[in-house]
Amino acid sequence: MSQPHYAGSYAWQSSPHIRQGDTVPAIMYTVVAALIPATAGAVVFFGVDALRVVALALFSTMATEFVFLKARKKDLSALRDGSAFITGLLLALTLPPGLKSSYVVIGGVVSIALGKQIFGGLGCNIFNPALVGRAFLQGAFPVAMTTWSTALAKVDATTAATPLGGFKFAHIVPALKPMIVGNIGGCLGETSALLILLGGLILVFRRCLDWKIPLTILATVGLVSSGYYLLNPTTAASPLVHLFGGGLLFGAVFMATDMVTSPITPIGTLVYAFGIGLLVFVIRVFGGLPEGVMYSILIMNSVVPLLNRFTRPRPFGARQEAA
Amino acid sequence: MSLRTFARGIHPPDQKAQTRDLAITPLPPGKTVVIPLLQHTGAPATPLVQKGQRVRLGEKIGEPKGLISAAVHASVSGTVVAIEPRPTPAGNAVPVVVIENDGSDERFPHAALKAPADLTPEEVVAAVREAGIVGMGGAAFPTAVKLTPPAEHPVDTVVVNGAECEPWLTCDTRLMRERIDQVIAAADVVMRTVRARKVWFGIEANKPEVLDLLAGKLAGRSDMAVAALKTKYPQGGEKMLIDAILKRRVPSGGLPFHVGVLVQNVGTLYAIWQALEQGQPLVERVVTVAGDAIAAPGNRSVRIGTSFQEVLAACDAQPGEGLALLMGGPMMGVAQWRTDLPVVKATSGLLLTHRSGSETRETHCIRCNRCVSHCPMRLIPSRLAQLTRSGDFTAAREWGLLDCMECGSCAYVCPAGIPLVQWVRLGKAEVLRSKRSMEKKP
Repeated sequence: MSQPHYAGSYAWQSSPHIRQGDTVPAIMYTVVAALIPATAGAVVFFGVDALRVVALALFSTMATEFVFLKARKKDLSALRDGSAFITGLLLALTLPPGLKSSYVVIGGVVSIALGKQIFGGLGCNIFNPALVGRAFLQGAFPVAMTTWSTALAKVDATTAATPLGGFKFAHIVPALKPMIVGNIGGCLGETSALLILLGGLILVFRRCLDWKIPLTILATVGLVSSGYYLLNPTTAASPLVHLFGGGLLFGAVFMATDMVTSPITPIGTLVYAFGIGLLVFVIRVFGGLPEGVMYSILIMNSVVPLLNRFTRPRPFGARQEAA
Repeated sequence: MSLRTFARGIHPPDQKAQTRDLAITPLPPGKTVVIPLLQHTGAPATPLVQKGQRVRLGEKIGEPKGLISAAVHASVSGTVVAIEPRPTPAGNAVPVVVIENDGSDERFPHAALKAPADLTPEEVVAAVREAGIVGMGGAAFPTAVKLTPPAEHPVDTVVVNGAECEPWLTCDTRLMRERIDQVIAAADVVMRTVRARKVWFGIEANKPEVLDLLAGKLAGRSDMAVAALKTKYPQGGEKMLIDAILKRRVPSGGLPFHVGVLVQNVGTLYAIWQALEQGQPLVERVVTVAGDAIAAPGNRSVRIGTSFQEVLAACDAQPGEGLALLMGGPMMGVAQWRTDLPVVKATSGLLLTHRSGSETRETHCIRCNRCVSHCPMRLIPSRLAQLTRSGDFTAAREWGLLDCMECGSCAYVCPAGIPLVQWVRLGKAEVLRSKRSMEKKP
C-alpha cells in the first residue's frame, strides 16, 4: 500500500493554516473607496479645479514614496499598497480649493518624507502623515491656507468666510443646512457632512473603521459644547455648529481613525478619542485659531505610544493586583 | 434559545458539511503499525517488548515512566520487528515499536471486568492509566493525571467538551451522534470519580442534531445538562469553554481545577467507556479525513500506528501540487511534511487541502488592532511578536507571553500576514529554555 506519489512535498508552515484573507492593501483601498464620495463632492462644490489639487497631491505623495523606497532599497511593490495614495488623497481633501500648485506639491512631499518615511515607512510613523503635511503648509503659508473660495463660486477669486471662521472673527451665525450638504466655504473634502458620513458607513460596513473613535470624538465635542452653550447662550456657538463645522467630521471619520497612528487597546482608543474631542473644543473656543481638529489629532497621535502602554488590557484570568 | 459564549474570538468558515453526515467506518489496519512510545508532552514509555516477540491486540508494549507519561498498547496482533527512533507527527524522532500485522487481530485477554458502577474512584483512575488514555482533543495530556486533582482543589463540575470548534473536524460530532449513550455513561463515571455534582455538555450551535439528542437523553436528569454554545473559535479551548458555560475564569497560569472544574473531551470519554466496559485500551481512534484533495472523505476508526499513507490511500486522496497535509484542524493542527508517519492518539483529523495561493505576504504591522480585538486571552499579540522578535523575552513574559494558548485567532485576522503565533511559540520556547538552564545552575 505504498504509493510513492503521496510522498510529495507539502506546504510546511506554522499554524494557523487558514487566514481570513484581508490584506493591508485591501484595507487601504477600502479607505480610498470611502473617500470617493467626499472627493466627488469636492469637484461638484468647488469645480474642476478641485481635481488639480487632488491630482497634484496624489502625484507628489506617490513620487516621494517612490524616491524613498528606491533610496532605502525597499521593495517597490509597496507603492501599490495604497498607503501613499491615501495620504495624498487625505491631504488634498484637507486643503483649501484654489491653493497654489507648488504648495500642494510641497505638502505632499512633506507628508511622505517627514510624516512617514523618516520614521521607517508604513506602520512606523507616529503622526498622521497627511496632517503632518497639512500642518507644515499651515505654518509655512498661513494666508494661502486660510483663503477660501465660496463653493460653486462663478469667479475663482471670490473669497468667503468658513462657518467657523466667520463665527469666531465676525460672529456670523452660519446656516446649518449648507454645512450638512456641503455647499459652503472650507477645505475640499470637509464641507459635506453627508458625504463624509457615507464614507464612514462604507468603512464600518467593511470593518475598516473603529466606529468608537468618531463616535467618542463627536460625543465629546457635542456634550462639552452643549454645556458651554447653555452657560453662554448669547456668545457661544451652538453645538450643531461645532459638530458640522470645520474639519471635525472629516477628521473624526478619516484622520483620527488612521490605524497606524491610533491606539490598539480598547481603553486607550477611548481616551485618545476623548482627548481629541476635548482639544478641538478648547482650541476652537479658547485658542487663537477658528479650527483645531488638525492639531488635536496630531497632539493625541503623540501620546498613542503612552496610551498603549498604560491602558494594556488585563489578560484573561489575570489576578487583580497583577494588572 | 440564548447561546452561551466567551468574549472575542473569530468565525472561520466551519467546513464541516463535507463529513458531518458520514458515519464512522473502520479502516482496516495495514501490514505494519508504527507505535510511538511518546505521543504527548512528557516522558516516553519504557518498552516492554523485544524485537521478534509476538504481541496480541491490546497488549501493553510500553510502561509509563514518571507522572506525565502514558502506557501504549499493540493496536494489532503480530510480531515486533523493530524498536528504534523514528520521526513522528510532532516533528521529533522518538522511540517507536514497529509491529508486523498477522491479520488475525487476536486479542490480549483482559482481566475480569467489574461493572463501572462498582468501581471505586481509585480503580477507575488505575484502569484509565492502564488503558493509556490521553486527552483526545489534541493536547494528549494523560487523563489519569487529570482525574486526580489535588485535594485542596475539589472539583464540583465536569464539563464535557463537545464544542469541536476547529473547522473541518467532525470526529467528536459523529461520536456524539452515534455513541452518545457510551459518552454519557463515561461522563457519569468521571463525575463520580472526581466527586463532582454536575456534568455540563458544551455543544456548539452548528451541531443541532447533537443538541437535540442530548436534550432528549438528559431529560429528567438534574445532575447533567447541555449548554448550547455560539459557534465561535476557540470555543473548545478549556478556559473559553468554562467561561462560557459556568462564568468562571481559570486564573492566569492556572488549570481548570483551580475553579473546581474538570474538562473532558468527547473522544476521551468514549475511550474511557471502551476501557471500562470492554477492557479495550486505547488502540484506535476516530479520525476525520477531509479536505478539498480528499475524494472519499469520512470519519474513520483508525488503529494507532497506521501510516498517514494508508489513511490517505483508503480515502482516495488526490495527490497534486501545492497541497498542505495537516494533522488536526487548520487552526491549531500541525503541518506534516511526509506521509510515512503514524496516526497517534492525538490525531483528530488528517486534512489534505490545496493552499489557497493567496497567502498573505508578510508586511509591516499597521497597528490595525485586529489581533488585540480578537484575542480571547486579552493579550496584545502584535506586541508579543515584536518583543520576541527583538529578543526581549523578559518583557514578553510581562506582557503575558505564557498566557497565550496559541489558538491562532490573531494570525487568522492579521491583514499584514505576520506569523504571530510562530513568534509567540519561539518566545515561549526561549523562556522555557532559560528557565531550565536557571534550574540546572543552583
